[in-house]
Amino acid sequence: MADTMQFDLVSPERKLASVQAREVRLPGVEGDLTAMPGHAPVILSLRPGILTVVSAEGSSEFAVTGGFAEVSGETVTVLAERGVTKAELTAAIHADMVAEAKKVLDAAHPSVADAAAKMLADMEALGTHINL
Amino acid sequence: MPSLKDLKNRITSVKNTRKITKAMQMVAAAKLRRAQENAEAARPYAEKMSAVLTSLATAVGSSEGAPRLLAGTGSDKVQLLVVMTGERGLCGGFNANIAKLARTRANELLAEGKTVKILTVGKKGRDALRRDLGQYFVGHVDLSEVKKLSYANAQDIADDILGRFDAGEFDVATIFYSIFESVISQKPTAQQIVPAQIETDASAASTVYDYEPGDQEILAALLPRGVATAIFAALLENNASFNGAQMSAMDNATRNAGDMIDKLTVEYNRSRQAAITKELIEIISGAEAL
Repeated sequence: MADTMQFDLVSPERKLASVQAREVRLPGVEGDLTAMPGHAPVILSLRPGILTVVSAEGSSEFAVTGGFAEVSGETVTVLAERGVTKAELTAAIHADMVAEAKKVLDAAHPSVADAAAKMLADMEALGTHINL
Repeated sequence: MPSLKDLKNRITSVKNTRKITKAMQMVAAAKLRRAQENAEAARPYAEKMSAVLTSLATAVGSSEGAPRLLAGTGSDKVQLLVVMTGERGLCGGFNANIAKLARTRANELLAEGKTVKILTVGKKGRDALRRDLGQYFVGHVDLSEVKKLSYANAQDIADDILGRFDAGEFDVATIFYSIFESVISQKPTAQQIVPAQIETDASAASTVYDYEPGDQEILAALLPRGVATAIFAALLENNASFNGAQMSAMDNATRNAGDMIDKLTVEYNRSRQAAITKELIEIISGAEAL
């Protein structure tokens, strides 16, 4: 079995990353998940959080705001609505994201308000996590 | 017959026009390249999205609890036509072709006794359809201030459409836009986005996935994104088509201006020669008379 797998991180506007990865840590809505080569096929929703890719050259981190991931034995594809490398994530961008989540929460229908509130909480937790 | 001065003025003015169309052609060519790159860059996401949607939809299928965005409302009485055109003209038949397709479709639907609602994206489509279909307009999205199309623009349009769908304002939504085939060929296209059209291809469901959380939840979360993605792809295609159409239209205009300049120059030279000949004849006959 190969010890690496193809990892792609794509946003609607462009491809953010495409590398051979040894492992990918994904922030799933129901808890984090680490995908390694040979993982059982799974499609999972992501919560806003940090996504870590470990490749032969070392590990890199991306901040994603939701989206979903498709994991199969040889590939991991993450479709993120918005993704930036952790180094690029500044307080300003984060504030922007939080503001957006707040807006969604305000406009949210009562039935999905819980989900929107969780989204905002996740977004804020993401900021604390990387000390902004 | 126009005087020499008139001819000279016309030649100068056509030359200026040619300079302008030439410049517009070059600008369109540069923009086209960028638009194509953008469309190219957006493709992986759209492809993946539709692949995942297909496998999910096949898994959930037409079971009872299928979301309305996939299963539809069970009726096709009220049709929403989203007509996406350019914000500007001077691009040959680009806007007119899209408007024509939408108009034909709207008239067909009206003849079948359906209710038609029209949402226009882009000023030119609104202007073209206002006269005969103006009473069906339900909204307009203005993108004239947008310098660079981003996913957020598509998201806004999608939110608008989905809001109307949730409010029960329509049953079926179709977008009208132009597919970019080449610089000289842009194909006006209609694509149904609500309810989502999934090709139920047996081979697509080859991998059996686990879903986390459940497949229903993921499908419900993905379908609105699928709509936004389809709109984003359409916007980008449209943008590329617009620039392609403008480029070839301006190329034609430049060539026509060149032809016109040649013709006018010949005419100018003829009349100048005629004037000289006339003067010579006058001088000679004057001298002979002495």
